[in-house]
Amino acid sequence: MSDLGFGFALLIVGMGGTLLSLWLLSLIVLLLKRLFPYVGEKKLDDG
Amino acid sequence: MVEALRAGLEGLILGVSHVTLGHLVMLVIGGLLLYLGIRRGFEPLLLVPIGFGAILVNIPLAGLMEKGGFLRTFYDAGVLTEIFPLLIFVGIGAMTDFTPLLENPKILLLGAAGQFGIFLTLLLALALGFTRLESVAIGIIGACDGPTAIYVTSKFAPHLLGPVSVAAYSYMSLVPLIQPPIMKLLTTAREKKVVMPPVRKSVSATTKILFPIVVTVVTSFIAPLGTPLMGTIMLGNLLKESGVVARLKQASEQEIANIVTLLLGLSIGATMEAGKFLKSETLMILVLGFVAIVLDTVMGVLFGKLMCLATGGRVNPLIGAAGISAFPMAARVVQAEGQRYNKKNYLLMHAMGANTGGQIGSIMAAAIMLSILRGLGIG
Repeated sequence: MSDLGFGFALLIVGMGGTLLSLWLLSLIVLLLKRLFPYVGEKKLDDG
Repeated sequence: MVEALRAGLEGLILGVSHVTLGHLVMLVIGGLLLYLGIRRGFEPLLLVPIGFGAILVNIPLAGLMEKGGFLRTFYDAGVLTEIFPLLIFVGIGAMTDFTPLLENPKILLLGAAGQFGIFLTLLLALALGFTRLESVAIGIIGACDGPTAIYVTSKFAPHLLGPVSVAAYSYMSLVPLIQPPIMKLLTTAREKKVVMPPVRKSVSATTKILFPIVVTVVTSFIAPLGTPLMGTIMLGNLLKESGVVARLKQASEQEIANIVTLLLGLSIGATMEAGKFLKSETLMILVLGFVAIVLDTVMGVLFGKLMCLATGGRVNPLIGAAGISAFPMAARVVQAEGQRYNKKNYLLMHAMGANTGGQIGSIMAAAIMLSILRGLGIG
């Protein structure tokens, strides 16, 4: 594989993978927020 | 007796007689880093120890980076083993509030767009003749994330640690100068004035506690080689959000972070020996690092424009510039620029969301790059 091929492989898989991973994380956060909705102020004490 | 006196006197001038032009240039560069840190306030926590380390290591015959030298001991123990950047990450995690990101998780995509500069710069470095692993290390400057840059560089191109680290930290501190012209150039007058509504409180304490755990597990499944990076920043964040280990949180964000920052800075400065630093490739790396951060900003703002279009004009594209890891400078720049065009516009919390997304994005990009390299049989 040429250096250019190496660079483009990293660009496509790397950037695509980063975008997909963060999109997946955003969906997971939405799911967490749905499973554990905010119900007003409730402060935990520091140990 | 006379012989002994002469030998003694020769010993006293031995250091001076070994000074080269390279040493003097590096002493000036070390002094410049100190000036930038002390007088100009550019990332002083790192530039001061880096600058002083650069001065120490360029004292002839002091042998600080030779086997047994104290700088070499710090370097071997903390940088070569990658322990220092990881401990810094625990501290960053303990200091970071991901709430603005959790309020609006779609903004995480801006944190991905802000990583384009890594891969585009890697291509440029390859085109300029750097080896593949050197190009990876140079590209990672585009992560705008000091610990990630140090972690990846020490793994793949430790001989470039000095210029890569100096570029990463210097440009991070120059974000307020680098980004505004790009933001101005790439957005229309109407886009600059888009008002984003205040962030609504919608995140429970349970979600905040689960977030670091879930992120660690999911991202580590995707890119296992990035687990040390993501795992440590999320550990720090869990210490903060759990609310039950105040002492550990405090130690992580203060004592440990402070000690490691000092040792890391000195160790990086110690890589700036004249013979290794004063090369044409150092200048090229500094230029490529600048290009990387410019490209990050360009792609972040362009992605912000795309989100603006996709949401019917509800996202101000300026916040795309905050999708890099330089926290919280990039978010503050967005707030200041937003207010320049619309005094009633408060973009700070949205920009903070994008900025923390950029922190996760930069680590994710590095983690994915490490895994791809392993897949390609490199590293």
